[in-house]
Amino acid sequence: MPSSAKRSRQPGILTLVGPKLRSALTRIKARPETAPRGRGVLLSVAGVLCFAAAFMIAFRLVTYFKNVPEIGALLAGKLLGVAFLAFTSILLLSNLVASLSTFFLAKDLDLLVAAPLDWGRFYVAKLGETVVHSSWMVALLAVPLLSAYAIAWDGGWLFPIIAVTALVPLFIIPGVIGSAVTLLLVNIFPARRARDLLGLVTILAAGALVLFLRLAQPEQLARPEGFASLVDFIAVLRTPSHPLLPSEWASSMLMNWLTRVGDPLPIVLLWTTAAAFVVMGAALHRRLYVAGFARAQEGADEFVRGHQWSVIARRVLGRIPVTPREFILKDLKIFFRDSTQWSQLILLGVLIAVYLFNIRALPLFTGEQVPVFLITLIAFLNQGLAGFVIAAVAARFVFPAISLEGRQLWLLRSSPLDPLTMLRSKYWVGMLPLLVLAMVLTVTTNTILRASDFMMAVSVATVLAYTLAVGGLALGTGTLFPQYDTENAAQIPTSFGGLIFMLLSIALLSAVIVLEAFPVTSYLRARQAQQPWAPGVLDIAAFLAAGACCIAAFWIPLRLAVRRLNALEA
Amino acid sequence: MIRLNAVVKYYGQFPAVKGLDLHIRRGELFGLLGPNGAGKTTTMRMIAGIVAPTRGTIEIGGVDIFKDPMIAKAKMGFIPDRPFVYDKLTGAEFLRFSAALYGQEGSGVETLIDQLLDLFELTRWKDELTESYSHGMRQKLIISGAFVHRPELVVVDEPMVGLDPKSARLLKTLFRRYVERGGTVLMSTHTLEIVEGFCDRVGIIRQGELAACGTLDELRHDAAAHDAGLEELFLRLTGEHIEPDLDAILG
Repeated sequence: MPSSAKRSRQPGILTLVGPKLRSALTRIKARPETAPRGRGVLLSVAGVLCFAAAFMIAFRLVTYFKNVPEIGALLAGKLLGVAFLAFTSILLLSNLVASLSTFFLAKDLDLLVAAPLDWGRFYVAKLGETVVHSSWMVALLAVPLLSAYAIAWDGGWLFPIIAVTALVPLFIIPGVIGSAVTLLLVNIFPARRARDLLGLVTILAAGALVLFLRLAQPEQLARPEGFASLVDFIAVLRTPSHPLLPSEWASSMLMNWLTRVGDPLPIVLLWTTAAAFVVMGAALHRRLYVAGFARAQEGADEFVRGHQWSVIARRVLGRIPVTPREFILKDLKIFFRDSTQWSQLILLGVLIAVYLFNIRALPLFTGEQVPVFLITLIAFLNQGLAGFVIAAVAARFVFPAISLEGRQLWLLRSSPLDPLTMLRSKYWVGMLPLLVLAMVLTVTTNTILRASDFMMAVSVATVLAYTLAVGGLALGTGTLFPQYDTENAAQIPTSFGGLIFMLLSIALLSAVIVLEAFPVTSYLRARQAQQPWAPGVLDIAAFLAAGACCIAAFWIPLRLAVRRLNALEA
Repeated sequence: MIRLNAVVKYYGQFPAVKGLDLHIRRGELFGLLGPNGAGKTTTMRMIAGIVAPTRGTIEIGGVDIFKDPMIAKAKMGFIPDRPFVYDKLTGAEFLRFSAALYGQEGSGVETLIDQLLDLFELTRWKDELTESYSHGMRQKLIISGAFVHRPELVVVDEPMVGLDPKSARLLKTLFRRYVERGGTVLMSTHTLEIVEGFCDRVGIIRQGELAACGTLDELRHDAAAHDAGLEELFLRLTGEHIEPDLDAILG
């Protein structure tokens, strides 16, 4: 080839990211034909409702803080700093995971690495892809928050430009750090091990962050009477998160604009730091990427240990027929060998801890006699909260079950496996931990609340029925709205089907709570009148109707799922 | 053993298979040939019960695979063109799971698993997760999976893709011995060397229709190409014998 000796003309960065952009546009355009009817409308309504809710909460908080005499701006600035710090933490974590995919595991890398491509353009294109992937959701979250600030302080028509100027470097810096850390990790471990490690680090860090934010008791900032003196309170307010953190610079920059303070230092710090980080990241990339990419192609030398657990599990499940037993064992093995899946259990543990901490932190038992009415009401409403947590956990663990079979469907569809057997196995694998979670939450919170025996019995029965129903609903909707092409299980619950499942499970929860309000009210009336409670016809009918709702929510989606699996073309 | 009656398959408006009639006898090694996009893989996946035909029926051993799927599928082992397996299972675990899908377990299955792994030289990696297997190793694993429940019929789509010459020869020998013992093999391929001197009968599929079917001698006779090699015969039957202008492309 005579022309190979010549240095080829380099493609622009837009050319490199073009296929990804075009694919995304095609997906958006293709949706109306392939997607279920009303999907766009439903997503838009859900989006507008979420935006409106987030805006209203943010606006109430911001105006409340703004109207505090003397320290209003200080409080609002502190709030913005905390929000930006949370954003930065989330961005750091998501960039870590996204950069492993974009720089080392993406399908287009073979093509790009084999091409005579300038390393600098490659780095900028991939960094851009990583930052966009990791930051779009945080950017969306920032819109209602910053809109609230803009309206409360009359930020003017230039405020959106100022906000974008502050946010862009705030997004770039974690992108560079995330991809640099990933680059170092891949150079130390093979990519598959690095992915496991990153998954674990991410979940641990996320869990620690949630615990930290909760145990820091941020609600105290809104209750100055909780501090010994005003001086203590202002001292806490004045303490910056850290003067060297970009989140602090971004919040200062925006608050300076809103309070008409002319200080260019934050914007200079933000942009020069971002530029310096990109240069340092590029230098690191130049030095380590080729070796890291080569290592990423190596297979992990993973011989499996822990066969004794497999033997024990096989003995425990010994009475179950061979096909469902091996299906359950297969799902358990895959779950516990995939750190991106089992590490979610850590988050689940954190969630339970925060939940119980919140119930314990309720100012109920401070020495005074607490009315039975209040205790019963809180215990009753606690069912709703527990139900929501259970639905969210089912969305994460049960909903993706069928989607995760995606690439192996050829095996299942060509074998004489009954779809009902598969669904049953998947149901119980997801359901047992969910039931344990549901019972721990319900019994522990009712014990902390010192709920009556009646309320304990109602709560346990309700949460049990709801959990069994939500498991069926999650599995059913997960089969009806599958994501067979998704490699990351964590992305499946955020799909359209995941949204439908959450809406349906909340509707079920609302129906159960509303129906059970009748017998619980009648019980409370009897207690207030100091008479023994005997359920009337209406009370029994309400319990039966709540049970019927749960049975329908379990049965209908699973029936539809069996039909869908029978007609499935893999 | 396999009978397709006027099978039609549409993907949206596109007809992938147009009225296919085919009969494959028990104890036969049948090759389905055709150019890329001719409808081979769709046909194989319909026979395996993965894709439903728009019209027509498919019988496996006299059982309609879409009316009695459990009975029909129990007779068959399917080897797809792309070897997707569970990344987080070991090779031995994957085979054990494959056998369990057909309701089989026990010492007989364990022995057969060891024998199959040994045959395909995978014993060293039997306790290693399949995520670290090469393409060829995965291919050999799913071939083992198709035999682990002792099927009456094996349906295999592009069997040699990813296999080294030694494994390819081993697979040919395995198929031949399997057929000699009364098993039936239906394989699709576009590699002519595999078919020549190996398959008992050949079907040539073009644009979703059966262009020709029979032994190689019968096909030569039908195409009035008595001295032609298989490649020439294939090109004549599929109408793809026009030489492209390569000079313009290569410069």
